[in-house]
Amino acid sequence: MRRSLWHRWRDGLMNDFRPVIIAFTCNWCAFAGADLAGTSRLQYPTNIRIIRLMCSGRVEPEFILKAFKLGADGVLVGGCHPGDCHYIDGNYKAAFKVALVKEVLRPLGIEPERLRLEWISASEGSKFAEVVSSFVGELKGLGPNPMKEFKGGEVGRYG
Amino acid sequence: MGERLKFAFYWASTCGGCDVAMLDLAERILEVIEIADIVFWPIAMDFKYKDLEAIGGRGIEVAFYNGSVRNSEHEHLAKVLRERSKILIAFGTCACYGGIPGLANISERDEIFRIVYRETPSTVNPQNTLPTTSLKIDDVTLTLPEFFDFVKPLNMVVDVDYYIPGCPPPVELIWQAIEAIRINRLPPRGSVIGPRYTLCEVCKRKRDEKIKIKLIKGIQEGVPDPEICFLDQGYICLGPATRAGCAGEEGGKCLNVNMPCRGCMGPPDEVEDQGARMISALASVMIPEIPPEKLTEMIKDPLGMFYRFTLPSSILNKRMKRSE
Repeated sequence: MRRSLWHRWRDGLMNDFRPVIIAFTCNWCAFAGADLAGTSRLQYPTNIRIIRLMCSGRVEPEFILKAFKLGADGVLVGGCHPGDCHYIDGNYKAAFKVALVKEVLRPLGIEPERLRLEWISASEGSKFAEVVSSFVGELKGLGPNPMKEFKGGEVGRYG
Repeated sequence: MGERLKFAFYWASTCGGCDVAMLDLAERILEVIEIADIVFWPIAMDFKYKDLEAIGGRGIEVAFYNGSVRNSEHEHLAKVLRERSKILIAFGTCACYGGIPGLANISERDEIFRIVYRETPSTVNPQNTLPTTSLKIDDVTLTLPEFFDFVKPLNMVVDVDYYIPGCPPPVELIWQAIEAIRINRLPPRGSVIGPRYTLCEVCKRKRDEKIKIKLIKGIQEGVPDPEICFLDQGYICLGPATRAGCAGEEGGKCLNVNMPCRGCMGPPDEVEDQGARMISALASVMIPEIPPEKLTEMIKDPLGMFYRFTLPSSILNKRMKRSE
């Protein structure tokens, strides 16, 4: 059956969906990896907004929740490989926090896949590019953050 | 003593414990009666809403509102009390942060109605009756308040002057507030009556900074040592993310009877999201060797554990997606 104009228009919109990813990267590994991807002129999607922190252990669960509240489609936490943390065990703390925040997101109707934790070392520019590409692909499959379309009930002090 | 003050109390979506906490003042309640007339208190005295609505201007000095806002009646009364009172106090955790009824925010109205009125095994509802806001039988129209999609704390509906958290609010804080009203020395508007710091600050249990948790236990799985920090022993205690003040200067009410803190006093000053802070605190005391999946396996219901009392006032305060 021929698809209606409306359907084709909607599919077009869906394909045009450009997810926004907020990335929290540590200064020593993941941010350096992103830097390497840039200086090596690797191609990767431009959907990512990087926030550099000194350590992935600095990522407070509040940062992640607030990013989702303000409409981010995905959040990426990037840190050093296990055992490589500049501050000994900051990345393990990040891993615990991300695991628990995923469990909190699930009952609130936000797919846990929208939150991703990746270990990227300073020499892995290509891994950074790959992670961003695959994350963007996955988010396109998931669609926009449900927050954006949500109309029921008033929202709190974050408007 | 000059003119007598006028106090009003109202209960919204609550268990009634906050009203009982008022009576926990014991003989000091007589001192309250000495300085104030109670003009509205549905749980204890026979007043009608029209008595309250008859009060003009800002005729009430202090209104204590306990319970969260679950339906349109609660919202209406919040507005009526706000208009008529000089000081509106969110009394108890439900009014301050949403409280236990706020956990319903992971479901929405239709889901709650479906389960409560159709699906629970004990429900007999052959006519499939669901609550509606109005129903016409012959010439009479019967009405019910509208059940909202989500639970809201009081400050999402009206401006709130002071907050007294606690489930129920501790007698010391209630008395502190009443004293402050009596001598007219209230803190700046918008503040929480109570200490600014966390429960860990006043906790007398021993905490060894070097101890990292290997195993998380439920309180039913052992008997905690009353001298040692609960977190050190592997019991989740919300002390690091919870305001002190539940037992004056002597630790915590629950801690004193060897139960870990569940977080009923809400977050301390400067913290917006109690659950997120607790996740952060817990992550930093776990031993790095255990895999993160093991941690989530050990904690049965993280949302219920960390947001037990504060879900409607936290950053993500309700279910974001319609259930299919």
